Amino acid sequence: MGMTLVEKILARHSGEKKVEPGQFLTIDVDYCMANDATMRLNIDVVENTLKATKLWDPSKIVLVMDHQVPSDSVLTAQVHEMSKKFADKYGIAAYYNGEGICHQLMVEKYLLPGQIMVAADSHSPSMGALGAVGLGMGSTDVGATMVAGKTWVKVPQSVLVVLKGQLPQAVYAKDIILAMIGKTTAGGLIYKAVEFQGDAVSKFSVSERFTLCNMATEAGVKTAIVAPDEKVVDYLQKERGVSVPLESWMLSDSDAKFEQTIEIDLSKLTPQVACPHSVDNVCDVSKIAGLKIDQAFIGACTNARIDDLRIVAQVLKGNKVNPNVKMDITPASRTIYLQAIQEGLIEIFLEAGARINHPGCSTCWGACQGVLGPGQVLISTQNRNFRGRAGSKDSSVYLASPRTVAYSAIKGFVTDPREGI
Amino acid sequence: MSGQRCWIFGDNIDTDQIMPSQYLVLPMDEMLKHTLETQSESFAKQMEAGDFIVGGENFGCGSSREQAPLALKKLGVRAIIAKSFARIFFRNAINIGLLLIEIPSVEEFSEGDLLEVNVKEGLLKDATTSKNYNFFPPTGLVKDIFESGGLIQYLDNKK
Repeated sequence: MGMTLVEKILARHSGEKKVEPGQFLTIDVDYCMANDATMRLNIDVVENTLKATKLWDPSKIVLVMDHQVPSDSVLTAQVHEMSKKFADKYGIAAYYNGEGICHQLMVEKYLLPGQIMVAADSHSPSMGALGAVGLGMGSTDVGATMVAGKTWVKVPQSVLVVLKGQLPQAVYAKDIILAMIGKTTAGGLIYKAVEFQGDAVSKFSVSERFTLCNMATEAGVKTAIVAPDEKVVDYLQKERGVSVPLESWMLSDSDAKFEQTIEIDLSKLTPQVACPHSVDNVCDVSKIAGLKIDQAFIGACTNARIDDLRIVAQVLKGNKVNPNVKMDITPASRTIYLQAIQEGLIEIFLEAGARINHPGCSTCWGACQGVLGPGQVLISTQNRNFRGRAGSKDSSVYLASPRTVAYSAIKGFVTDPREGI
Repeated sequence: MSGQRCWIFGDNIDTDQIMPSQYLVLPMDEMLKHTLETQSESFAKQMEAGDFIVGGENFGCGSSREQAPLALKKLGVRAIIAKSFARIFFRNAINIGLLLIEIPSVEEFSEGDLLEVNVKEGLLKDATTSKNYNFFPPTGLVKDIFESGGLIQYLDNKK
């Protein structure tokens, strides 16, 4: 029997020819990444618990300040400062503060198809956009990986998600993944590796694949992936100037074993919304259309790339954000921000009355930039709507695509984005 | 009646509920005061070391923050009992030596029931209802890590 792509990548990093679900492996990792959300604890693990005097390979360790940038309090400033000192002490050159969201930077600057990243952040499955494996872990595991360059994994069962047909107008990758989580439930794919396949996926850009893999996290997955193809090769060439040939092993074998197959017919899909306070509380946008909102957010690692911003600009151009709504836009990285300026998108956003934040996790982190007060309602392109996720425990968060969020911002209430077509 | 009380929570208790984002920059002692505050105003104030937490499906989902299981361990939570656990939380809990017990029939527990656990025998007792529950005790590497008090202590002991 053959292997799935995730099994092959794990096998190649463990020195095994063949691996099976349930097997325990020690794997060498290609990159280890951490961010300011947990750096206080990560540093404590490395310095005080492990008492490490040097790290595995400082050139493979990336530290990204993104959750609370620019620092919003004295305590945050201290965390950033201790992270910078940690980077200097151990010789880590890749320290970023204000460059963008960690997962976006790993795709823009580091990961290659077939590689493995271990990171102190749950949205690590985003690396699947390039055909790489991203594994989210806690501080003890990440600290140990920084020191050893290795970690242990249990080979997960693989799940195949087949996207059939083509998306109707005003329906996007975000709607697909919301619909999938509505089906699987929030804990439905705990510890599984998800692979997305289908004609639609092969037409998707790296950004759209990023959205799918990123938010698959919310179904409980260990990792998510799209097999790398010409789209990925072109992306790496164009955006990073890196020439990487596709290797023949980089796809699941035709006789690979998938524990289950989930089929989604895209041609019948409608714009989706995840309602408070659970990511699997998903419905058709028309069911809650008309619900009054206080705030709209375009941002987070799910949907704040240039293609997302172009969609938002298309909607906002010549329109005004509703006077009862505060609209925040936070590009996912400095590179994307600059491109948006050059394309004139930022001008459109400002003229429409939106507020622009410097790249980072922003409102999705709920501790800086656009925090919600009690009773307030947010519609957002982010990936989580847990109780209190964006501020007060008595606020509400609805998750949707950039187009749905942008239309709702203009109207002042949740709006079906197909109305504008 | 012997045993210590349990605190009941629902399905999909994510790590943002266990430790909200805005408190992660605080030193641990300060952070502990906010444990599970979005779900229960009394938990952090009234729970006592040795108490149990009962969750539903997918306990510990969401963010990878190890501060979530760490706060529960520092407060002295004896064990978390749930139908299922999210994967990063599961791994973090093992690494820090916090006991997780998977039991399908968690609906049978009521807020305040007095519980007792015997890890070696894989036996959980509800002294209030006089019901017994069996679970798979940790074995192999996980047992060794747990008995050492966590992954780092386990590796230290092996030196």
